Amino acid sequence: METTVSLGEQLYALVSLLDPFCGPVGFLNLLPESSLLSCGDTGWGDEVARGFFVTLTLSLCTLPIGLMIGLFLSLAQQSKVRSLKIAANIYTTIFRGLPELLTIFMIYFGLQIAVREVALALGYERGFDINSFVAGTVALSLVFSAYASEVLSSAFKAIPKGQYEAGNALGLHSGKTMRLIILPQLVRIALPGLGNLWMILLKDTALISVIGLGDTLRWSGVAAKVTKEAFFFYGIACLLYLSLAMVSSIAFSKIETRVRRSGVSQ
Amino acid sequence: MSAVERLIPPQPAPPASAFRWTRMQIFGASMLGLWIVGGIALVLWLIDAWDIDKVTTYGPKFIAGLGTTLTLVGISISLGALLSVPIAFGRMSSNKVVSSLAYGYVYFFRGTPLIAQLFLIYYGFGSFREELEAVGLWGFFRDAWNCALFAFTLNTAAYQAEILRGAIESVSRGQHEGAAALGLTKFQTFRLIIMPQAMIVALRPYGNEIILMIKGSAIVAIVTVFDLMGETRRAYSRTFDFQTYIWAAVLYLIVVEALRNIWHVLEQRLTRHLKR
Repeated sequence: METTVSLGEQLYALVSLLDPFCGPVGFLNLLPESSLLSCGDTGWGDEVARGFFVTLTLSLCTLPIGLMIGLFLSLAQQSKVRSLKIAANIYTTIFRGLPELLTIFMIYFGLQIAVREVALALGYERGFDINSFVAGTVALSLVFSAYASEVLSSAFKAIPKGQYEAGNALGLHSGKTMRLIILPQLVRIALPGLGNLWMILLKDTALISVIGLGDTLRWSGVAAKVTKEAFFFYGIACLLYLSLAMVSSIAFSKIETRVRRSGVSQ
Repeated sequence: MSAVERLIPPQPAPPASAFRWTRMQIFGASMLGLWIVGGIALVLWLIDAWDIDKVTTYGPKFIAGLGTTLTLVGISISLGALLSVPIAFGRMSSNKVVSSLAYGYVYFFRGTPLIAQLFLIYYGFGSFREELEAVGLWGFFRDAWNCALFAFTLNTAAYQAEILRGAIESVSRGQHEGAAALGLTKFQTFRLIIMPQAMIVALRPYGNEIILMIKGSAIVAIVTVFDLMGETRRAYSRTFDFQTYIWAAVLYLIVVEALRNIWHVLEQRLTRHLKR
């Protein structure tokens, strides 16, 4: 137990050392103590920065789960088995058709009701509260996977049948063909579409503030209410989202050039 | 010397191989079964929870809320379409200042969440109350509906400008040159040659944008506009009955799926000359 706590603390210390806002090298420390965005008790810099990291953590938690479910969904959509195809299509139709906000509310309240019912059935009297972070991750993963499956499916369609046949001719079984031959090409084709989905995911995390998660938008809202400087703080929130989008687009174009490096020039 | 001594008499076709339950078949059937069982359970629960009082109280409100949603989206999409034309041409302009201004506009509205833009306008413009009162615009921005309309129009204009620009730029250079060779003026070229081809390219993204706006418009519920989502939240806060959310989900799904299918038919009809 002790080792995990100290490891967590060390990790936290490492992260706060690198914190670009209020850490030892944070640029917000340059501001005078009385400014609205300074760190510590007088300004709102550290609160907004904390919200920013929650936004980032939420997106980074959602991405792998959503990608994994999306990949399985797109494999199901490719499959020759009719029932599997229909089941996957029902999923994507529902989660692409519902507003994200409604999905979030339904997951948040629905999970709470479901957990309460299960707990009562098992004999627990005390209710459990669903963490808004968990509910947000689940809801955003559902939405993200539905969209990701469409991107991956169209990427699958772009891979010629000859690639599968070549895999068979080499004596690879279907799992190995998928892993060694199809997936590396799939990543290259699907990357621009997945990059767009990541940008959409970053923006959708702002909706989780509605069910009470202390993300960028929520902390900016609190600061705006207390200081009565709404335009300033919501403007800061917008700039933070914009900077995330900017950094991701640079990162994605870097990844794309790197991935394309091994491709055949067309 | 003959190799064949005896002809094989004609044989019937081999019997169709019997249906075999592979692992995938079982998995697919169980997944589909899960959906069917879930759907039946949902319907049974809705029948069980059917309460005529709630239906007569909240039913008309839900329909009115749906009307609010569609009105809001309809107006903002149309105004956004008008606003997107100058932005798209600004983006394509060879003037550095104009094109970078248009680029900045598009980048801001596409790079930030719609909900943050809505808050920036609804709560943020309150910071400029005196200035807005001086110009006589405070009455406009005090109302949540107007703020939502304003934010959505600016947002969709940015997206539509990108759709329009992409579509216009997708028309090949030869089309411009051909029109020039025929002696058409620039405006005639644009109206008769470029636009009809660009609009076919833009058709599908426009449909997606309308669907995205219908879904995105749910956030106005948070700034006290009673659209479908707002009515749902109000009904839930009074009854604590989860079926309010189910009905809202059903209504949203019907609208989105109907729009998607209408758009599909429209696209098939408009692109039938391109089919080979």
